[in-house]
Parts: sequence; C-alpha cells; structure tokens
Amino acid sequence: MQANDQREVLLKVENLKQYFPISRSYTVKAVDDISFTIHRGEIYGLVGESGSGKSTTGRSIIRLYDPTDGKITFCGQDISGKMPRDTVRMLRTKMHMIFQDPMASLNPREKVMDIIAEGIDIHQMYSSQEERREMVYAILKKVGLSKEHANRYPHQLSGGQRQRVGIARALIMKPDLIIADEAISALDVSIQAQVVNLLKSIQVETGCAILFIAHDLSMVRYISDTIGVLHLGHLVESGTTADVFEHAVHPYTRSLLSAIPRPNPLLEKDRPIMTYDYKTSGLDYSQGTYHDITDTHKVLGTDADVQRWLKELA
Amino acid sequence: MKDMQNVQHLTEEERRLVGYNADEFVDENFSGHSYVKEIILTLFANKATAISLICLLVIVLFAIFAPMLSPYTYKEINSKTTNMPMRIPVLEDLGIFDGTRKGVDMYAKKGIEDQYHYFGTDNLGRDIWTRVWVGTRISLLIAVLAVVLDVVIGVTYGMVAGFFGGKIDMIMQRLIEILTGIPNLIIMMLLLLAMEPGIPTICLALAITGWVNMSRIVRAQVLKLKSNEYVLASRTLGASPKRILLKHLLPNTMGQIIITFMFSVPHAIFFEAFLAFIGLGVPIPMASLGTLINDGYRSAMLYPYQVLCPAAVLSVLMLSFNLLGDGLRDAIDPQMRSM
Ligand SMILES: Nc1ncnc2c1ncn2[C@@H]1O[C@H](COP(=O)(O)OP(=O)(O)O)[C@@H](O)[C@H]1O
Ligand SMILES: [Mg+2]
Repeated sequence: MQANDQREVLLKVENLKQYFPISRSYTVKAVDDISFTIHRGEIYGLVGESGSGKSTTGRSIIRLYDPTDGKITFCGQDISGKMPRDTVRMLRTKMHMIFQDPMASLNPREKVMDIIAEGIDIHQMYSSQEERREMVYAILKKVGLSKEHANRYPHQLSGGQRQRVGIARALIMKPDLIIADEAISALDVSIQAQVVNLLKSIQVETGCAILFIAHDLSMVRYISDTIGVLHLGHLVESGTTADVFEHAVHPYTRSLLSAIPRPNPLLEKDRPIMTYDYKTSGLDYSQGTYHDITDTHKVLGTDADVQRWLKELA
Repeated sequence: MKDMQNVQHLTEEERRLVGYNADEFVDENFSGHSYVKEIILTLFANKATAISLICLLVIVLFAIFAPMLSPYTYKEINSKTTNMPMRIPVLEDLGIFDGTRKGVDMYAKKGIEDQYHYFGTDNLGRDIWTRVWVGTRISLLIAVLAVVLDVVIGVTYGMVAGFFGGKIDMIMQRLIEILTGIPNLIIMMLLLLAMEPGIPTICLALAITGWVNMSRIVRAQVLKLKSNEYVLASRTLGASPKRILLKHLLPNTMGQIIITFMFSVPHAIFFEAFLAFIGLGVPIPMASLGTLINDGYRSAMLYPYQVLCPAAVLSVLMLSFNLLGDGLRDAIDPQMRSM
C-alpha cells in the first residue's frame, strides 16, 4: 500500500542477529537475521510461539542486549553499535518497554508515584516537586487510575492496575516507540481487553508507535496494522494484518491461523487443522531470502519454496 | 451505582454519568498497611520474638544503667571482701541468696551487713553484678561495631561483585576464597598479637573474616534481582548503575541484610567470648562477658556463681538475638520460613 510508504520510518531493523554463546561449541541463535521496519504511529504485531525469539528481538532493539550483528536505526540514528552520548539519551527517552509480568516489573519497595516518575527523575525533566507530582497525576489519569493510587505500593494494586502503572511509566516520557512484550499475557482475559483498548487509545492520542509482542493471534489481529511472524529466530512472514490473516503464504503462518477457533460452531466443526513441523518440512530458514508477494507482504523462503506455496494456494 | 471498584472499562463520559470521580474515590479493597508496618505487626504476632525483644531490651537497659546505679565500680579491688556469696534484697528473706555459705553469714562475719553484692564478688573482691553489666556493655559494643563493619564491607563488596559480574566477580570471589582458606583463628591471633589489644583491635579481628558471609548473601540476592523486570525497566529508562544499585537493589536486599545482621551479632558476641577465653580478650581490668566467664571458670568448683552469672547473661543474650533473627526472617521473607 502506498500510504504506508509515505509515512516516516521510525525504526529500521536490518539483518539483526542476537546470539548467546552457551559454551565454546554451542551458541543459541535466539534471533537470526531478521529485518523489518516500523513507521511512525504504527502498531506492529510480532507473533510467534514461545521461544521463537520475540522477547530477545524487543530487548535487542531497546539495547538491553548488545546485538551480535546487524543494524538498527531509530529516529534516523544508528543505535546498534557503540552509541555517542546524545544517541543514548535519545534512545532512553524515546523508546520504552512494557513488560509481561506486571508484578515483577514494579519495584515492590517503591510507591507508584516514584515508579512512574523514574524516567523524569533520571532525565531531570521537571523543575519542581510540584511539577513532578502534576506530571504523574496527569499520566495516572490518562491510564485510568486515580491520584490516590500514587501513594500505593505495587502489592496494593490489582493485576490490571499494576500493568497500567507499567504503561504510565513508559508513557510519561512521551515515547515515539513503546515495546509491549506480552504486556497482556499475564492478565485475566477480561482485563486483557481493557489494557489492549488502553494501548490502542494511547496510540491514537499520542501517535506513538507500538511494537506489540504476543502469542495470541486474535489480540494481535485486533490491534495491529502490520504483523511479523517469528519462528525459531527467523521472521518467516510479514505484511499488513490483511496480508497475513487473509493471504498467508508461509506454511508456518497458515498452521498458526488454522489453530484459531472460529466463533461459528458450524464452521468450527470442520475447521481444517494444518500441522507444521520444521524438522520434517524439509525447509531450511537460513537458505531463504525475503520474497515480495505484494508491496507490503514478504515471505521468507527459497525461490522454489515460494513458487510451490503460491501454487498450493492458487 | 454502589460498586465502583470496576470502572476501568468505562470511558471518561460513562464515568461522569455514573457519578464516579477518580479523585474522591478511595479503593478500600487494596489500601492496606505499608511494608514496614506489616513487618512490625507480623513480628509482634510471634510470641517468641516478642519475648526475645523484651529480654534484649531489659539486658540493654541493665547494661546501660546498672553500672551507673551500682555503688561499686567494675575495677575497685577490695582485698577484705573476696569471693563473697550472692546477696539479694527481698530474696534473702526467703532463705535464698542471703549471703550465707555453709550456714555462715559471710556478710556478718566481714562486718558489712549493710552491703549487697547481688552476684557476689570475685577473688579480688570486685562486685560481679557491676562487672557483668559493664561486661555486657562491652561485649555488645564490640559485637555491634564488628557487625556494622561487616555490613559496610560485605554489602559493598557483595553488591559490586553481584551487579558487575563477569571478570570482576570472578576475581572478587577468588579473593574471598583465599581469605576463607586461611583459618579464621590464625588471622585473628596474628592481628591481636600484632596490634595493641583493645576494643578497636577486637572489632577489626572479628570483622576481617565476618564480612564474607554478608557479602555472599548480598551477592546472591543481587544476582537474583538484577535480571528482574523492574531493573530492566530502569535500565531502559537510562538509569546509571549507581541508581540501580541504590534505588532498586539495595532496598530489596535490606531484608536479607537485616536478617544476616541479627544472626551475626550473637555470633560475634560468642566469638569475642571465645577469644577472651583463650586469653585474647579486652585488657584487665576491663571486662567483657568472655573474660568474666574465663575468670569465673577458674574457681567454678568452689564458687560456681562466679561463672554462672555471666554465662546466664551471655546465654539469654544470644538466645534472644537468635530468636529475634528468626522472627524477623519470618516477617520479612515469608518464603524462607520453610527453610
Ligand atoms: N540471555 C539468554 N541466554 C541464553 N539464551 C537465551 C537468553 N535469552 C533467551 N535465550 C534463548 O533464546 C530463545 C528465544 O527466547 P525468547 O526471546 O525469550 O523467546 P520468546 O519471548 O519468543 O518466548 C530461547 O530458546 C531462549 O532459551
Ligand atoms: Mg517472551
């Protein structure tokens, strides 16, 4: 789609590799040569099964890890290698993360006020205590909490409220990109929807982009503009939500989609189940290259593989 | 609309319509005690802990005030009244601790019926009551000073090793292994022989090996905590190592530090007594519980009270510290209770 390309590129990941050497002879290739771009104001859904390298991708981008190889460009600046001081500051103020476990991501010894204010404390973004308090109150309101919650400790909040505090902590910095790493997976189903709606409304209101990492396809479909499917550290397919959900090409993506239950019982009864096993599929991800199906839709595979898949679908 | 706990799914507009005002509304369900308050409540709910706390308080008060109120001083030698038996007012009317030995009223015999030596006197005629409380004072002082030194060295060392990890940690741990490889006692004896005997020297001798335990506990805790998501969050916000250590890691290690402190104090008291017992205690005429037990032990067969009195105080003191440590551990870290 043309519209996408006209939007400014916010984050560009090129051939990112993140390896963890376990011993001299063994290295975990958690993320192996992935490339994608996130535009300003876009919600990018990154899906994949557990252990596929979703969290590692997020953490490499925000530089909790030092990437083994590849290039990451954020707001036009290279953030993959050793960064100069002002690039570090730009990265630390403009990109933030929301974590999976709302309890573990809040310091149990700090009050909500101090947890949320951490970023503005570090970067000295206020001139008086009064201003600091007002900034925190404003953010609390934005995420649906009241002033009164500012004096609580995390254990005095419910799960959904805790995750709201986590969101507020990221939001107070007015970020350009929020990485939400399974931000709803630890919550009750009823609260998941609230938090997803909150994220979506924040995106609309502030125009920040979100890298939404999840394993729940229906949530990702609901919230994302663009989707990337990660498997064994490789980005096997990416495209707009419609591309991936309606015109999936890669067999792994198709097997994932076939596992989604249908609300209509008649359809659900004869929902075809596709199985996919990398070992027996005869595919070798590291041999594949990205093939453009459409402008926005990319699939990883060798020429022959992609030809075959397209023929299967036709 | 009574139930206003769950307004989060409502929009601003809907909230206004149901009359919900976020600023006025206090969520009673979850507002509770602060962390410290909770610990104190749990602490006093435990009987053993409460009793040990009272015992400690009494001992400390006696250590401070008893020598001041006593008519005797800890170093006053009186060759006329050596090895006097115990004599305690009120109790003497019941026929115990009435200053008699084998039916003879020693106090009448020496012509000092107006005097009371609660715990008797030693072979130099010094009042044991006064000496026991002065000794307790010094034992406590040495132990607490030594353990405070432990904390300062151990916490710093453990936090640095645990947080920075890698090579730094490797080198620091090897250093500890070398230090612990040499028997404690040899280090202490060399130090006590090389330096002038006295309270600072003994503290140093106790601390020089004592901090290792503290540093290990702190290091383990930091290793556990540093990959926690709130630390990661702080790093993604650009926090410096100093900030992470002081704001996140230290407060969350405090429980362990306090618990270790509480268990280290009786250990240090006992070690000081042990040093005194082998002749490396505070110089004469000063007294610590250890030197008192050592002195009393020599005439234990003839005058058992001379060793029993300081030994009883030492036992109660150590027991109280250990029970308090136990209670604190339960209150601060309930998961450790099963251990
Ligand atoms: N710090 C690490 N050291 C070694 N291996 C790691 C590390 N972090 C992740 N891994 C491995 O990388 C793979 C991907 O992990 P992760 O990104 O957490 O997956 P996901 O978030 O998709 O469930 C897993 O096999 C995991 O064991
Ligand atoms: Mg993960």
